Amino acid sequence: MASQVKGMDLRVSIGSLKLQNPVMTASGTFGYAREFEPYVNLHRLGAVVVKGISLEPRNGNPPPRIVETSAGMLNAIGLENVGVERFIQEKMETLQGLNVPVFVNILGDTLDEYRAIAARLAGVKGIAGIEVNISCPNVKKGGVAFGTVPEMAAAVTKAVKEESTVPVVVKLSPNVTDITVIARAVEDAGADAVSLINTLIGMAIDPRSKRPCLANVIGGLSGPAIKPVALRMVYQVAQAVSIPVIGIGGIETAEDIVEFMLAGATAIQIGTANFVNPRASEDAVEGLARYVAEQKLGSVRELIGGLILP
Amino acid sequence: MSQFQEKTQIIRIERFTSDIVRLTLDSPEIASIAKPGQFVMIRTGNSNDPLLRRPFSISQTSNGKLFQILFKVVGRGTSLLAHCREGEFLSVLGPLGQGFRVDCRRTNCLVGGGMGIAPLLFLGKSMSRQCSNAPPYVVVGARTKEELGPLVDDFAELGLPVHPATDDGTYGHHGLVTDVLKKLDLGPDCQMYVCGPYPMMSAVHLFCKKQDYGCQVSMETSMACGMGACLGCIVPVKKGGYAHACSDGPVFDSRELLWQVK
Repeated sequence: MASQVKGMDLRVSIGSLKLQNPVMTASGTFGYAREFEPYVNLHRLGAVVVKGISLEPRNGNPPPRIVETSAGMLNAIGLENVGVERFIQEKMETLQGLNVPVFVNILGDTLDEYRAIAARLAGVKGIAGIEVNISCPNVKKGGVAFGTVPEMAAAVTKAVKEESTVPVVVKLSPNVTDITVIARAVEDAGADAVSLINTLIGMAIDPRSKRPCLANVIGGLSGPAIKPVALRMVYQVAQAVSIPVIGIGGIETAEDIVEFMLAGATAIQIGTANFVNPRASEDAVEGLARYVAEQKLGSVRELIGGLILP
Repeated sequence: MSQFQEKTQIIRIERFTSDIVRLTLDSPEIASIAKPGQFVMIRTGNSNDPLLRRPFSISQTSNGKLFQILFKVVGRGTSLLAHCREGEFLSVLGPLGQGFRVDCRRTNCLVGGGMGIAPLLFLGKSMSRQCSNAPPYVVVGARTKEELGPLVDDFAELGLPVHPATDDGTYGHHGLVTDVLKKLDLGPDCQMYVCGPYPMMSAVHLFCKKQDYGCQVSMETSMACGMGACLGCIVPVKKGGYAHACSDGPVFDSRELLWQVK
């Protein structure tokens, strides 16, 4: 079986970037990859997306930051990270040793911050792509999230594109009325791909203490609970844009991946499942190869948008 | 640092009370390298609900092959675990985190409360092998004799002198472990190793600060992954910002932490 699975064609392309398979790891769920080395053969993954980096270091939110919910979890980490300088100095060396593409997820409070991080990362060896997190609130514009206003999403995309020397993926927020409008706006602004969905905003309350379960009161919902919502949004966005779509949301197994690819995703990211099974990403690559073999597909790419409608 | 994801078989289930359970797991990879104060993440079922693994400190290892966890049923995850049967398999990640740092030259004192006593048994066993000086003091507290009795017996088996305390006075001192600590003659150079409820650890921290004793505490927080990825398990530190219980801890020097005294 192993040799049969090894020969399967799982290759996909995100813009000019070639991935050996469509399995990526989602930002914020895979650390800086090194944490998963005891469990995963990192070289077998399609790509790695490291946790979100801002211009300056951030401490993040006070505890409690996470709470489990039905088939999912809420988090309000508050974008804790070491900042772009320390990231380059301390984390890049290990990442440069990986022979799979590394995406750096970036975030900011202002357009200038996004532009500055993208400029700082431009030309740094070992970075194959940038993923732009546009779901954070824009403090200077009175708390309006970049991800919810098409013009703002486009402006961020344009700013990052101007500074970047590698493909730019824009990660979309599902907390909008019509995600296809945002997707089209970032496509028009030059995005090489979109990834979706980021977490759904949710809340949990402890009925005994009568307090919110998270110090931040609200947080982002992830895990199997959000998969149907993610699948629907991927399906809609894939029809609205012509750039590649990267599916995210409750994906754990090869079957989940197949569903997202049928809905139109070119690649996918595994997120919360990494917490439960640190080997989830590598298991999924193996499972996908078995599926392609069993279904006698010429390549995994045959699945993309292959949904059979009633 | 070696870590494993291992399918472990449940060898033995002991029910101390209606809601306190001890599991013995056959886990050669983890048991052979685990150190006192380290923990494991255990998947409590095979479905997506409950989704996340649960953290448990390792309460004892034996022959480099078996390890034990001790827990109280507090929610759905622990309830599922409590209803497992001998012979069943559990997925375990570990050993995780930074454990206790033992200094044999000092007067050592283990202080535990409730389920926090679990990792101290492992520590006590390791100290009695590793250190040739006087055995450590053991001061442990729980709600009742029913809860505390079996654990005191385990320490006694190791030949360690135990000073018990219970909330209801059914066993040992009627009251808090800190009452007991104040009465002991611990000398000038004592190192405490503490695990228990937050108010207890904070009281022991203050006691140690006053006496100028060393104090290592094992912090419990909720966490999703146990390996430094989710960043959920933060503990506020004195110098500002946060440490991560899973990778910087769970054992910390109490003076490095920012204690919230209510």
